[in-house]
Amino acid sequence: MESKTLEIRNLNTSFFTQQGEVRAACDVCLEVQPGQITGIVGESGCGKSVTARSVMGLVRYPGRVVSGEILLDGKAMTGISGKEACSLRGAEVSMIFQEPMTSLNPVMKVGKQVEEALLLHRKLSKKEAAKSAAQMLEKVGISDVKNRMECYPHQLSGGLRQRVMIAMAMICSPKLLIADEPTTALDVTVEAQILRLMKQLCDAGTSILLISHNLGVIAQICDYVYVMYAGRVVEQADTMTLFDHPAHPYTRGLLQAARSLRSDAEVLATIPGVVPNLLHLPAGCSFSPRCGQCQEPCKTSMPDMLPAGEKGHLVRCFLAEKEKQQPVEAI
Amino acid sequence: MSGVLLEARNLTKEFPAGRKKKVHAVSDVSLQVFQGETLGLVGESGCGKSTLGRLMIRLLRPDSGALLVGGDDVTHLSEKEFRKYRRQLQLIFQDPYASLDPRLNVRDLIAEPLRTNHTCRTKEELTQRVLALMEDVGIPGEYLYRYPHQFSGGQRQRIGIARALAADPELIVCDEPVSALDVPVQNQILNLLKKLQKSRGLTYLFISHDLSVVRHISDRVCIMFLGTLCETGRVDDVYQNPQHPYTRYLMNAILVPDPHHRTDRIELLSGEIPSAVDPPSGCRFHTRCPYADDRCRREAPKMTDAGDGHLTACHYPLGNRPGDHS
Amino acid sequence: MVSDRSRKIVREYEEQQKNAVAGMNASSDGSALAGKDAKEREEELKREIGEAETFFTLMRRLVRENKLAVFSAAVILLFILAAVFAPLLTPYSFSDMDLMNRLCAPSSAHLFGTDAAGRDILTRLLYGSRVSLLTGVVPTIMSMLGGALLGVIAGYLQGIVDAVIMRIADVVLAFPSMLLAMVIVYMLGDGLVNIFLTLALVNWASVARIVRAQTLALKETEYVEAARVIGVSRTRIMFRHLLPNCLPTLIVLFTLNVPSAILTESSLSFLGLGVQPPNASWGLMVNEGRQYLYNAPWVSLVPSIAIMLIVLAFNFLGDGLRDVLDPYQKK
Repeated sequence: MESKTLEIRNLNTSFFTQQGEVRAACDVCLEVQPGQITGIVGESGCGKSVTARSVMGLVRYPGRVVSGEILLDGKAMTGISGKEACSLRGAEVSMIFQEPMTSLNPVMKVGKQVEEALLLHRKLSKKEAAKSAAQMLEKVGISDVKNRMECYPHQLSGGLRQRVMIAMAMICSPKLLIADEPTTALDVTVEAQILRLMKQLCDAGTSILLISHNLGVIAQICDYVYVMYAGRVVEQADTMTLFDHPAHPYTRGLLQAARSLRSDAEVLATIPGVVPNLLHLPAGCSFSPRCGQCQEPCKTSMPDMLPAGEKGHLVRCFLAEKEKQQPVEAI
Repeated sequence: MSGVLLEARNLTKEFPAGRKKKVHAVSDVSLQVFQGETLGLVGESGCGKSTLGRLMIRLLRPDSGALLVGGDDVTHLSEKEFRKYRRQLQLIFQDPYASLDPRLNVRDLIAEPLRTNHTCRTKEELTQRVLALMEDVGIPGEYLYRYPHQFSGGQRQRIGIARALAADPELIVCDEPVSALDVPVQNQILNLLKKLQKSRGLTYLFISHDLSVVRHISDRVCIMFLGTLCETGRVDDVYQNPQHPYTRYLMNAILVPDPHHRTDRIELLSGEIPSAVDPPSGCRFHTRCPYADDRCRREAPKMTDAGDGHLTACHYPLGNRPGDHS
Repeated sequence: MVSDRSRKIVREYEEQQKNAVAGMNASSDGSALAGKDAKEREEELKREIGEAETFFTLMRRLVRENKLAVFSAAVILLFILAAVFAPLLTPYSFSDMDLMNRLCAPSSAHLFGTDAAGRDILTRLLYGSRVSLLTGVVPTIMSMLGGALLGVIAGYLQGIVDAVIMRIADVVLAFPSMLLAMVIVYMLGDGLVNIFLTLALVNWASVARIVRAQTLALKETEYVEAARVIGVSRTRIMFRHLLPNCLPTLIVLFTLNVPSAILTESSLSFLGLGVQPPNASWGLMVNEGRQYLYNAPWVSLVPSIAIMLIVLAFNFLGDGLRDVLDPYQKK
């Protein structure tokens, strides 16, 4: 079997607040295969960003990674010194964020910011760094690179800024790029451009972990998808299987909600109830209070990830066996 | 459809941007909102759709042009004279976190418009009205004395809607009311808005960048680009038969939540949106338009009716070919 | 999801209203009965949906949650009581000199020792607290009220009103505050009330400046815009939305301004423009002890510690109040 670009084993990340421990990521197991775009999808507060930040060591106070292993290309990233972690970050794995406005230093020229990572990790001369920075910016689809490198971030539009961010992240040709809602703040036409760019990067050999709340984004470019709910992975499958045969009631609810918007339905599909407070999770399956098929065992114990039909399709639901044959009813 | 409730005539609004420069936020926009309909207003960020929405309820004053409410010209009324129209025109905000004063509880938040309009005489009556409004938007009555931060995004948006309803308006401008929400919650809010429209005969001006949302909720739609309107018409006409090249590119950029329909090969709009500080001459879209020629660079196209109330501002409309989108 | 509960409550209210109307028309017994009924219903409603926060529930929370603030309030109260009952607490007079016992070290006869004129320091401390507490609190409150009001008006209305208010504030701030205070006292004449006025006139400008800056920021928030859409009047926006949201800043300013007012008063006294000897104020006492810092440190030290204590107490109380008033701390 090929080695995985990223492997997360039983990751637990908690925030220790005054009201108690918030388990933002709970027993998360996740893999990113080389040359693939792997998606994490879920509503806000489901733990998808926290999982990504845990990989980068960027969990904010009062949160911290409590336990779990993170392997990058077979090498452990947890339990290594800060210095080693720093050299891995940026060189082997890098991350782009939702807000291209606030993730760039406003008083530094764009070109210099792109070069910075090179000077840090590659020990190139300034001239060489500038040259490869220009090449990288060209590669991410920025025209008129020479002038643009002399610009300050506020002089660029949102789409260009996100391209600069991607160039910064890609400059050391990392094995893994983590993209946390990279297009949420962008306009529709620019969003499509950026997604196409990410697809190109992936075809050129970079594995991508893409986090999004938008099923449209996931459906368009991901190869494999994890669905998260209340801090846990509730379903994982390759994209086609997930969209054709969703097995978890939550995944089905999300899909129906997204699809009904494109149908002629008078009343849109929703999921009853609200996302639970992570401080007061319901007993048993976290989704049970909102689930239409909730049964006795669901109220008392949390199901494991069970196989559901297709190879590599796992679902955290007692009804996995029963559900696997039913295709999602077309609305 | 009955009469015109709100009409904008050649509205123009510019904001100062540094020395001698101006942002041309809204340029010469005319549009009508009919009683009881939902008019969608679509465009990308910075196209001036929020500014237009605020001009339409006179939260901003236009530099030129006129605003008519039910046929009355209200453009130059003083704040005091405008007060009787103020109640009729309400606004729901995009960010349910920023639009509620964190220091007021739900009761005071919803009671505020009731107090300003002096609709309740006693305290009990006020509480009763607030509870009734909370019920209408689906907030349980026992949350009466809670504070905004204790609610989820969807619930806050419901409180925002209750506030707008409390003024007993004719028209509500919904400024991206669901774009900060997750899809299932977004659907709940859209269902609520539709239900309220039916029961109260409301008119909506629905501003959004999300084409799918606008398609679902609107009767008619306006497409905006860089401060100007490029296309207006019934939703089905515009979505199935876009006349303006920009509209078609917008439709192409819709991300379908279905991996069997990947839009990998569909032609995308290249380049970035030009700056509104120094908009292109002639047709503002010409720098990105593959069909542009000298006439487009020179001369701004006027809105022309292709029949059936479907208006396009393009010298070379796409005609009746079906669009590329599925 | 419409709650049955709220529906029930509304229905009950409607019934109550009906009953009240019916009661008015009926005989006197009937109306009394209806009135009682309404009261019961109101109680029931309160049980169902809780109550709005009143001053007393706030204070109860302060007592429950912040012991340090309560302790500080007790300290302040103790100082006030000591000031009021000073003659009962000490056998000495604050002005009678006893040249035989100059600069006595603390002993059982003179708990805090005596000063250069042989006066009992404890006695002078108690009498001095009358002046110092008042000069600390009264002018500060006056300057806060005036400054906040002018600041919020200037920030919200802008234009000519803003220009006039802020230019006056600039002039006040541009003068050395001591010089300005001297000029004002000179014009008004001395006496406690005039000192209050002077201190308020010197301090309002900085408060106005800070409140104006905050108002300018708050004015752009969506909830102020939302209030305008609803048609809320300008006065109400200023008092209901802007000032309450400036409160945290105002509390911090208050805790900073109290000690500075106490000290400014002492400087004025030192220059012969404030409290006249043989009357005592803490500031004056610190000044008097300056020459004896080496051989009789207690002369300065004791009033200094008193100032420190009262300032700390105001600080902690301010912190506690701010937390209790902060809506984000409410559960």
